[in-house]
Amino acid sequence: MSDLSSGPISLSKVGPKTPALQLTGLHKAFADVVAVDGIDLQVERGECFGLLGPNGAGKTTTIEICEGLTEPDAGSVQLLGLNWRTSAPELRQRIGVQLQETQFPDKLTVDEALHLFRSFFRRGISVEETIRLAQLEEKRYARIGTLSGGQKQRLAMACALVGDPDLLFLDEPTTGLDPQARRHLWDLVDQLRSAGRTIILTTHYMDEAERLCDRVAIMDHGKIIALGTPQQLIASIGGDHVVEFAVSQNTTVPLDARALTGIPGVQSHRVDASLHQLSVTELHTTVPRIFSTLAEMGLQPSEFRTHSSTLEDVFVGLTGRNLRDE
Amino acid sequence: MSRLSESSLNQLTVTRFRLFLREPEALFWVFIFPVLLAAGLGLAFRNRPPDVLDVGATSADLVQSLNSDKGLRATVIDQAIGTHTLATGQIVLLAIAKQDGSVVYKYDDTNPDARSARLLADRAIQKGAGQQEVLHTVNDLVHETGSRYIDFVVPGLLGMNLMGSAIWGLGFSIVEARQKKLLKRFVASPMPRWQYLASFLLSRLALLVIEVVAFLGFARLVFGVPFRGSLAELAILCVLASLSFSALGLLIASRAKTMEAASGLMNLVMLPMWILSGVFFSATRFPAIIQPVVRALPLTAAIDALRGNMLQGTHLPQLVLPVATLLLWLVVPFAISLRIFRWR
Repeated sequence: MSDLSSGPISLSKVGPKTPALQLTGLHKAFADVVAVDGIDLQVERGECFGLLGPNGAGKTTTIEICEGLTEPDAGSVQLLGLNWRTSAPELRQRIGVQLQETQFPDKLTVDEALHLFRSFFRRGISVEETIRLAQLEEKRYARIGTLSGGQKQRLAMACALVGDPDLLFLDEPTTGLDPQARRHLWDLVDQLRSAGRTIILTTHYMDEAERLCDRVAIMDHGKIIALGTPQQLIASIGGDHVVEFAVSQNTTVPLDARALTGIPGVQSHRVDASLHQLSVTELHTTVPRIFSTLAEMGLQPSEFRTHSSTLEDVFVGLTGRNLRDE
Repeated sequence: MSRLSESSLNQLTVTRFRLFLREPEALFWVFIFPVLLAAGLGLAFRNRPPDVLDVGATSADLVQSLNSDKGLRATVIDQAIGTHTLATGQIVLLAIAKQDGSVVYKYDDTNPDARSARLLADRAIQKGAGQQEVLHTVNDLVHETGSRYIDFVVPGLLGMNLMGSAIWGLGFSIVEARQKKLLKRFVASPMPRWQYLASFLLSRLALLVIEVVAFLGFARLVFGVPFRGSLAELAILCVLASLSFSALGLLIASRAKTMEAASGLMNLVMLPMWILSGVFFSATRFPAIIQPVVRALPLTAAIDALRGNMLQGTHLPQLVLPVATLLLWLVVPFAISLRIFRWR
């Protein structure tokens, strides 16, 4: 060990190898509602990380604690090796934030709003560059009141980017947008990802998390109930495919669930609103057997469809509820 | 681009300015409305030649005596009809000649015009009956500017305007930004919080110059309202009053979450002052028991100081009481609002 080394403390504190985000034992309650109930999480630099969960799962509270907007009741937050208590001004300079429901003044132009936000940061990218990145060139001198929902969301993103942040927080970036505007925004996030930015986003769209995120944490009732890459999470439910069917209502013959789960390749069975769902590994061998088993029981499937497993199915498998139910 | 134009305080102030100028309603209330109000009041209360009072009398002799006074216009009228015209306000006094040569005046002694008519009529009739002046008197008439109603009301309107533009300007903008989650967004950025609040004061001061010069310029050019005090001191008083009202606006806006709540609070704060603080008539008319409250209001202090400067030419050292009141209204609400301000 060299005497000249400045010691391990300063290295672990500010070295580039520190994780972008580290949450330990995070708790937060509002009145009698526990919003965040013991979260431990680490996000590496360069990662695009998604917090997925239904409304009310505690995603926004978690991300706002990370952003230094909400004080946690217990637990610690480390961003880029710094914490809010001692390094708030430094952190504010280094993170970019897009909040839910920010409405920028209608009578300001895109250019004026970005100049305003640019002025808050010591260093950053130029307003021109930000506008190009957010693809708002045509709307640069238009008033914000005249922008579409997708354009306003891209402006919010541009305001988060104008300080050239080391860490970007996006809270439900596509909620309320039409499908085309959502895809447009996904392209923008993709660009930022490939440029190597660290992004932490929340969403309740499983397709969004699957499409955008390197890793996903699924949240429910203030807890992380699953964590991994979308592929790992989907693999964890045991089947690559989901078979859904219903049986005609005017029959008295009971459906024997054990006969279905006994079919080779069927991993699990559940019923949701009289719709039977089977998690299945080998679609081509299993589906004929499902038909024949149903026929043996004297049942006629009235609907029958299959799809590849998604994060939605992971959530359903873990909680027994649909993401969009809440 | 220069360093200054890129600074965040400058950007925030320019943004405030832009947002204000792009709001046509705000422009109307701040710039046009006070001028219209002054014009309307100036016209309604302009100084006219002394009114000629209409009176009636039951005999031609009395009418002749009465018409010898320039202030009276008399007609012959019988007692029954005269009583009716008196009741309907077409004449203010009826002189009735009695059998024994005496005269009875019928009038309403709570009506100032009727009391004047009684004095003029009695003098004219006594003179007609041969009364001599005991003492020789001469009238020397003056029509001084500064004693007219418009001179009285212009400083009042100026004070009211300073209050309205500061409280509305700050209150609505801040609460709107809070309601639209823009405040929260600013707090999530490295923006220094004091600069956000300072930008309101700076843009207010810039607008103040336009606002005060336009209004007082109008009052001066159209009505010849006097400026007897020092203009520099008048400027200081306007700035001080505007800052005090801004602090009050900040306090009103520091917690309110919705525009409805904010506008309710603003009316609650401003309405008593519109009535009590002597905008349209002297605040001394209120009973002595509530005078301490009336004196303590910031608008009373502002208007007292402005009237003292403009009408009496009083200097700042003689305006200690209103100036101290305004300073107190600047410091206390500002300190409280900094403590309780809700940023999200």
